[in-house]
Amino acid sequence: MVTHTQSARTGQRERAGEASGVAERGRPGIGQRLGGFLERSWRPFALLAALFVAWWGVTAAELVEPYLVPSPGDTFDAIAARPEYFWEHTWTTTYETILGFVIAIAVGVVAAVAMVQSSTLEKTLYPLLLFAQVIPKIAIAPLFVVWLGFGLGPKILVAVLMAFFPVVISMVTGLKSVDPEMLQLSSTMGAKSGQTFWKIRFPASLPHLFSGLKVAATMAVTGAVVGEFVGANAGLGFVILQANGNLDTPVLFAGLLIMSLLGVLLFVIVEWLEQLLLPWHASRRDEGASTTL
Amino acid sequence: MAGYAVEIDDVTVRFRSKKRDVTALTDVTMRVEPGEFVSIVGPSGCGKSTLLKLASGLLPASTGDVRLFGEPVHGPRKDIGYVFQKAALLEWRSARKNILLQAEMRKLPPKEAAARADELIEMTGLSGFEDALPHELSGGMQQRVALCRALLHRPPVLLMDEPFGALDALTREQMNVELRRIWQETGTTVLLVTHSIAEAVYLSDQVVMISARPGTVAGVVDVNLPVERDYGPTMAEPEFAKATRHIRDHLGAAAAAE
Repeated sequence: MVTHTQSARTGQRERAGEASGVAERGRPGIGQRLGGFLERSWRPFALLAALFVAWWGVTAAELVEPYLVPSPGDTFDAIAARPEYFWEHTWTTTYETILGFVIAIAVGVVAAVAMVQSSTLEKTLYPLLLFAQVIPKIAIAPLFVVWLGFGLGPKILVAVLMAFFPVVISMVTGLKSVDPEMLQLSSTMGAKSGQTFWKIRFPASLPHLFSGLKVAATMAVTGAVVGEFVGANAGLGFVILQANGNLDTPVLFAGLLIMSLLGVLLFVIVEWLEQLLLPWHASRRDEGASTTL
Repeated sequence: MAGYAVEIDDVTVRFRSKKRDVTALTDVTMRVEPGEFVSIVGPSGCGKSTLLKLASGLLPASTGDVRLFGEPVHGPRKDIGYVFQKAALLEWRSARKNILLQAEMRKLPPKEAAARADELIEMTGLSGFEDALPHELSGGMQQRVALCRALLHRPPVLLMDEPFGALDALTREQMNVELRRIWQETGTTVLLVTHSIAEAVYLSDQVVMISARPGTVAGVVDVNLPVERDYGPTMAEPEFAKATRHIRDHLGAAAAAE
């Protein structure tokens, strides 16, 4: 049976005149993709484990004073001692980060589309965008506190401002990266500009958008924490600031650790979404050098 | 009169850039009968591709008239199929869905479009590759997909801009044979731009020679080969040798005189 199918297939190929054809595999399902992802990403986890061992080694051998660098055990004990405390503040920062990230995506994508549609708008907005980007966020964050108070507002705003720029830039690049012949072809098909946008321009821009989103995801975490540094009574930034004041390095380390995990987690989610939504892009990239996790 | 499929009448095309004006084509007149296969050959940069853009309405003529079936061309025309040198496929769509893009954009009835796509997939030997993504296909297969997409809506005129220019020599010959067969099966008018004199003569009823800078019609050769053309035997025909030699001499002489 198998031989029969194979020979039929070979026959088809010969008739088609091409020996090098399609890879003989179906599209991977979600589970398979997740499995492949884990399979590919064991190395960074191994490295992480090695770093932990090194950290533990340094503290166990008492190479540095424990009040400067606490041991991994002390750090985890600090978390275990007050799980609700850490959970509450982690949740606050997560909430600010995700809200900031989502707003940045929405505003960034809309701004990019508008800028690509109208060159006048692009010329007007671009300098402003650049200006907003080069201003150090930490320098204007106090102003946001004055304006918006000690609540979530300033944190989300700083997160949006930090994450917004990579989203716009990557989306504009993506929308402009469409093959001009593809657009000419579209006009010979009598396509309306809306059709050309949704069927050609927008999907073509997504790989670019996602590379911007990966940068933006980590920026959003930084933004939220920067906002908390300036004035807050909740969030991981607040935890770190407070622990710093008390010279409580285990809690400080715990805050740092959770914050990094948050950034990595958000990055991984974006990456996973990319593989889920753009399998054509991911499978193509896999054939070349793999650049990410 | 509506007799000609494509009519280009005393057309000049000038491109204006900041630095200088370039005349791409000057005093070009050519006529293509419905159902005819006409090739355009000439040196690089002579404005061959510009001619196709004119016929499709993607580019306006600076002076002169362009007509498709007697109708003046203003702006992009829908009643054509276009194939570029690059396949220009959407990489997130399978071969079949790339072909059906034509139907989606034109809002053709899905059932008929699907049936037509199946027919073309069969005709071009793409069967078994319908669900492959473009990057999983070889250059020749990608170009077949582009050809199917261009033929989906049964265009009365098919414009091809060096469609096989990026393929290796053997694949190119195969594609020539297939294109000839497909042209016979569909009966569409074809206007093909090519660098290859052999390709032009093998495929065409008529070869239009364009000289370089500014591009103008240097001569027209009627190819008196039988309708049924087997590749090998056709290449060996004295008429084939005569036509290719004539074109080569002509373009060579034109280039030498520059």
